[in-house]
Amino acid sequence: MTLVAEILVAALILIGTFFILVGSIGIVKLPDMMRRLHAPTKATTLGIGAMLIASMLYFLMIRGIPSLHELMITIFMFLTAPVTAFMVAKAHILLDRKTQEELSPTGVDVGWATLDRDAGSTSKAKAPLAAPDGQPG
Amino acid sequence: MIAIACYIAIVGISAAILLSAWRLAIGPDTLDRVLALDTLVINAIALVVVVGILYATTMYFEIAMLFAMVGFLSTVAFCKYKLRGNVIE
Repeated sequence: MTLVAEILVAALILIGTFFILVGSIGIVKLPDMMRRLHAPTKATTLGIGAMLIASMLYFLMIRGIPSLHELMITIFMFLTAPVTAFMVAKAHILLDRKTQEELSPTGVDVGWATLDRDAGSTSKAKAPLAAPDGQPG
Repeated sequence: MIAIACYIAIVGISAAILLSAWRLAIGPDTLDRVLALDTLVINAIALVVVVGILYATTMYFEIAMLFAMVGFLSTVAFCKYKLRGNVIE
């Protein structure tokens, strides 16, 4: 039983190391900012997740100490990783003129919500006037 | 066996930290550096967790939790500063 737990913990540590290394290689090797944004999210979810599962199994099955700190760290990381990626992507789109010109058309008469000046919080009173046919501004 | 895996993990995560620091140094834009700093914090959390397994102490998880909080808040504050010119309006 202890041997099975040791093999499981060691395998999970090595899996986590692999994904964290892949994330950092990706952030160096990928050519573009938006493509570079993909790499650390894999490191966050799979790498840190495998590491924390390994830590929980180690302290529970080998040391006999049930610990719930790892669950808190896991929940926090899984909640904050999409917010971080969203903030970086939004700042990148709003600051880079070349990325804005490369965006595909939306197909309706309302532009991209990130870039639409009338849809922002600066002019809430003008938003119904900008979209008279019932489309959300 | 767990100790050997921990040593391999420490070497691998150190290489990952060096790669993130390389992007932090050469990144052409500010947001590249923000993203590299976020990755660096994630790698540091993994290193702290592995060291906690290696030394068999649960004391390090508070450090990992604090790293996660500070890394998230600093990334969001950097992006907010780049977008709006200040952090709290």
